[in-house]
Amino acid sequence: MRVTCTINGELRQADDVWPGESLLYILRERLGLPGSKNACEQGECGSCTVYLDGLAVCACLVAAGQAEGAVITTVEGLTGADGALNTVQQAFVEAGAVQCGFCTPGLVVAVHDLLARSQAPPSDPDIREALAGNLCRCTGYEKIMDAVRLAASRGAR
Amino acid sequence: MEFLRPASWDEALAAKAAHPDAVPIAGGTDVMVELNFDRGRPAALLDLTRISTLTEWGSDGDHMRVGAGVTYQRIITELGSVLPGLAMASRSVGSPQIRNRGTVGGNLGSASPAGDAHPPLLAGDAIVELASVRGVRQVPVADFFTGPKRSVAEPDELISAFLLAPASGPEQFSKVGTRNAMVISVCSFAIALHPWQRKVGTGIGSAAPTPRRAFEAEEMLAVELSWERPVALTEAVERRFGDLVAAAASPIDDVRGTAAYRRQALSVLARRTLRWAWDAYRTEPAR
Repeated sequence: MRVTCTINGELRQADDVWPGESLLYILRERLGLPGSKNACEQGECGSCTVYLDGLAVCACLVAAGQAEGAVITTVEGLTGADGALNTVQQAFVEAGAVQCGFCTPGLVVAVHDLLARSQAPPSDPDIREALAGNLCRCTGYEKIMDAVRLAASRGAR
Repeated sequence: MEFLRPASWDEALAAKAAHPDAVPIAGGTDVMVELNFDRGRPAALLDLTRISTLTEWGSDGDHMRVGAGVTYQRIITELGSVLPGLAMASRSVGSPQIRNRGTVGGNLGSASPAGDAHPPLLAGDAIVELASVRGVRQVPVADFFTGPKRSVAEPDELISAFLLAPASGPEQFSKVGTRNAMVISVCSFAIALHPWQRKVGTGIGSAAPTPRRAFEAEEMLAVELSWERPVALTEAVERRFGDLVAAAASPIDDVRGTAAYRRQALSVLARRTLRWAWDAYRTEPAR
């Protein structure tokens, strides 16, 4: 099966796709986009969070064929063309919200989505609720909370 | 494995008739887990995400008719004021990522006793609409589930929609899990007050082979509640309601909890949700 979709603004094509594989597998193993991480494969951890047609979703739960014709943004696509970090990524670095880093790409996309949906800086309970689907086993989340507040204060949208 | 991608509802029904063993997939939040873990390999996947009519909702006489492909997130944002009990349950589903993809149609299709949408659908007397090339039929949700992960849906049928009346009184939903987010319920409970009919609807989740109503508890309340002059509930009525709800369940011991714990927790959820709903009714008697 062939799957064609727009990823990070570029039309991409994957061939010989097995219909039961996930969008995450296509991204990582067929299209050379390993930013989205493969951890739980059951939608529990959020490490593979990407935008699918504007909505934050777990790429591991999207069947390959469902991505046909879709517009996808991965964590790689949030970085500027010159490689400059966006506001959310920069805030994660400055706040020390990264330890082992495995959950970071998914969290960056989820935080990007939260701030894009927020009219005003989100409250702490709103942040926690928005990130409920992203597991981090290192930081204890406090530095991640700091990073979100920092990004929000800088008007990240 | 085949991947079937019908572009219209008629095509989907024809595909299901031709491939009765095809597994329908919408948000993928159940189906993809099975595939990722190689727990099952269906002969075909039937992708329903291209069928735009499945993602529509609207008024249909006395009911709201909600397409099987409407996501939890859209139920919360678009139908939260009309179907508040279902919206409460939807807020407790998974995470934002899951709610952006998961659908009530998929919840019904999986027919898990732990499905979060089921208790409010039961409490609201919802109707499940099943379709095939043979025609369309409507099944009361209380008759839909036949066992764990089993329903009355025939192999050639697809779930097209559910019908649920707009809330005519307060509705509540509550769920016990091991943490606040991302949990399969240990047990759950929904209540809907129907002031015009002087009736109460209930739904029990995760505490029987299927989601089910607590009929005796409903009948007791219909008699005991003073709808005309809504005074505060007595502790005796609350307690009896909790006991009757717990008695209506037939839970098992499993990895998420024991049968005894589930019964105890259900009686607490029942009492609490009744109090919340009745207090709301006392403030604002009917819609």
